[in-house]
Amino acid sequence: MSVQKTKHPMPEQKPKERIKNFLEVPYGYDEKTAIEEAKRCLQCKNHPCTEGCPVEIDIPGFIACVAQGDFEKAAEVIKAKNNLPAVSGRVCPYENQCEGKCTLKKLGEPVAIGRLERFIADYVRNKGEKPPKPSKATGKKVAVVGSGPAGLTCAGDLAKMGHDVTVFEAFHGPGGVLLYGIPEFRLPKEIVKKEVAYIERLGVKIQYDVVVGKTITMQELLKDFDAVFIGTGAGLPRWLGIPGENLDGVYSANEYLTRVNMMKAYKFPEYDTPVKIGDVVATFGAGNVAMDCARTSLRLGAKRSLIIYRRSEQEMPARLEEIHHAKEEGVEFILLTNPVKFFGDEQGHLTGVECIKMELGEPDDSGRRRPIPIEGSNYRIDIKTALVAIGQSPNPLVPQSFPELETQRWGNIKTDEDGRTNIPGVFAGGDIATGAATVILAMGAGKKSARAIDTYLKNKK
Amino acid sequence: MYEIIEKQTLSENVKLMKIHAPLVAAKAKAGQFIILRINEEGERIPLTIADYDRKQGTVTIIFMEVGKTTKLLGKLKKGDSLQNFLGPLGVPSDIENYGTVVCIGGGVGIAPLYPIVRALKKEGNHVISILGARNKDLLLLEEQIEEYSDKLFITTDDGSKGHKGFVSDILQQLIDEGTDIKMVMAIGPVIMMKVVANVTRKYKIKTLVSLNPIMVDGTGMCGGCRVTVGGEVKFACVDGPEFDGHQVDFDNLMLRNKRFLDHEDKACKMAGVQ
Repeated sequence: MSVQKTKHPMPEQKPKERIKNFLEVPYGYDEKTAIEEAKRCLQCKNHPCTEGCPVEIDIPGFIACVAQGDFEKAAEVIKAKNNLPAVSGRVCPYENQCEGKCTLKKLGEPVAIGRLERFIADYVRNKGEKPPKPSKATGKKVAVVGSGPAGLTCAGDLAKMGHDVTVFEAFHGPGGVLLYGIPEFRLPKEIVKKEVAYIERLGVKIQYDVVVGKTITMQELLKDFDAVFIGTGAGLPRWLGIPGENLDGVYSANEYLTRVNMMKAYKFPEYDTPVKIGDVVATFGAGNVAMDCARTSLRLGAKRSLIIYRRSEQEMPARLEEIHHAKEEGVEFILLTNPVKFFGDEQGHLTGVECIKMELGEPDDSGRRRPIPIEGSNYRIDIKTALVAIGQSPNPLVPQSFPELETQRWGNIKTDEDGRTNIPGVFAGGDIATGAATVILAMGAGKKSARAIDTYLKNKK
Repeated sequence: MYEIIEKQTLSENVKLMKIHAPLVAAKAKAGQFIILRINEEGERIPLTIADYDRKQGTVTIIFMEVGKTTKLLGKLKKGDSLQNFLGPLGVPSDIENYGTVVCIGGGVGIAPLYPIVRALKKEGNHVISILGARNKDLLLLEEQIEEYSDKLFITTDDGSKGHKGFVSDILQQLIDEGTDIKMVMAIGPVIMMKVVANVTRKYKIKTLVSLNPIMVDGTGMCGGCRVTVGGEVKFACVDGPEFDGHQVDFDNLMLRNKRFLDHEDKACKMAGVQ
C-alpha cells in the first residue's frame, strides 16, 4: 500500500475575502479528512515525532485513535498531556517540532499532526466535553503568577495532581499573549476562553486585576501558598532607538495588538478602545508578531501594509505559514532595509521613515548573517503608521519587586531546567525565564515546572 | 466587581467616588494610580489615587468628565459596580523630610495632590500649598489640603477667589521673598506643570511632576504611555507617574495626549454623551 505523499489540505478563507474580516483563516478538517490524514501515519516504532513535542503528547497514540474514528479517545490521549490543544493546534511551529521529525518526511510531507490536534480539540469542545475526573486533594496550595500559556499549563497540571491552584492575572481576562498578542484571525478569543474554562473545571481558580509585585507582593504569596510559579512573560517592548519614535503614529507591536485584540479596537465604537491607522502602515521586524501586525493592518483598512526587515527572507524568524499567509494577503516585504529615522509634520504626526539599504556579511552570534548598512543608500518611504515589532524583553515587574530573586543580564529570571529559581518554592518558566520564544515552549516549561513543584511539595514537610 | 460605596459631585463635571477595592486600598500610597474599566466593552483608563481607607477597604478617585469613559462613570450611582479596578500602580511619591516644600495643584490635579500633601506634612515638612483653577467653583479639597498645609494660597484665572492669575505667580513670589524651597511638587494640566518647571529651573529647585499620558495596560507592557525624560524613553506607568519636571519633554506629552481626540468625539456622540 502506498502512502499519500502530501498532507490533506486544510480549507481556508480566500485571501481577498479574509482581509476584510477578523474571522479565523483556516476552517479546519472535517471528520472524513481527519481520518484519511491520520491513516497516513506509519505508526513507526521509534516515533521521532514525540521527541519534538515540548508537552510530550503521545502523538502516534492519538493519531491511531483518529484513524479509527474514535475522536473522544484521541482527545483523552492529548489532554492527558496538553491542557490547551485548541491553542497549540493553531499556533505551534509544528514544522520545527513534531512534524519536523516525522518519518514520512523521507517520502514527502509529514503527517499533518498540528491539523489533527486542532481537529480533535475543536471536535470535543464543540461536542461538549466530559468533565475531567476530580483528583484527590493534596491540601497543598500553589500560586501561579500570570495566566499565559506557561501559567495555564502549569496550573492545569498541578490541579490534575490534586493541588489547590490560584492563578493571579493582572488583566481583566485570561490568556496573556493568547489574549492580547495573537490576533482573532489566528486564534479566536472564544476558543481561548473555552480552553481556560476547561482548566477552571480542573479546579484552578483565577483571580483577575491582581498585579503581583503591586497589588499582592511575592512575600505575601510565599506566606499564603506552599509554592509559587512565575509565568509573567516577555511583556516589555523593545524600541528601534531612532529619532522620531515618539511621534503620533508610532506604536509598539504590543500596544497595537493589545488595543486590537484584547480591547477589541477592531470593533470600535461598539468597544470603547480606539486604534488609529493610516493608509500606509510599516511594520518593522519579521517575526510572528510582525506578521500579525502587518496582517491586522490590512484588516483595519490599510491600503498598503509593508514589512521592513534588515535581513533577507531566509533569516526571517516568522513561521513559514505566517509568511505565506501574509504574502497571499498582499503584505509587501521590503527586505535588507533598516529604518534610520522617522519624519513628522508640525503637529507631530508621523509622515515617513528614512531607510538605509543593507547587505549581509559574516554570520553573527545567532548564526544568521549580519546585516551591514550600505553607505549612501538612504531613501524615504512615506508612511502614516509605524509598528515596532523587533521583540520583547522579560516583564520586569515581579523581579523588580522581589530583589532576592536572581535574574540574568536581560532581566530574565534565572532557573534550572525544571524552572527552579534560587529561592526554594519559587519556580519560573516561559518567556520570563527564557526570553521571548513560542507559546508551546512556554507550555512545555509550565509542564516541567508543575512536575518539579509536585516533587518539591512532596518533599516539603 | 468593585462597588461604588459613595459618590459626590464636587463641581459641575468633577465627581468623587469611593470604590470598594480592599486589595488596592491595602497597598495604596500617595502618588500611585489605578486603572479601571466600567464594563465589558469599556476602555481601561488610569486615574491617580485621591485617597484611600485601608479599614473600609476603599479607594477614592476624583475625575473630570472629559471623554466617554469618564462621562459614563459620572452617570453611575452609589451601589453600582465597576467591572475592573486594578492597582495600586506606578512608583509611590518619594516622601521624606525635605524642609520646606511647595505643593501645587491645578484643576482636577488637586485631587492626587491631597495624599501627597498629607504624607509630606506627616513626615515633618513645612508645607506650602498653592491650588489653582479657572474659577472658584472648580476648586477642590480646599479644606482637606488646608488641614495639612502650613500655608495655603488660592489662584483663579478669573479672580473669583484668591489671587487672579496662575499658580506660577505665587510660586515666583515665594521665591522672590527668599523662601528656602527644597522641593516643588506640581500636579495639574501639562501646560501648568511645564510653566512651574520653567520657573524653578532657574533656581535649581527640585521639581516633581505627575504625568498623565494615555495608557492601556498600566503594567509596562504596551509603551503607549512613553514619555521622554532627560532624552530617554520612560514609561509613565512603571517608571512614573512622577518625574523630574526639569527633564520632561512636555511638548511631546501634550502631542501624544491628543492621539485619539477624533475617536473620543465619535465615541461620545455614539454613546449620547456630549
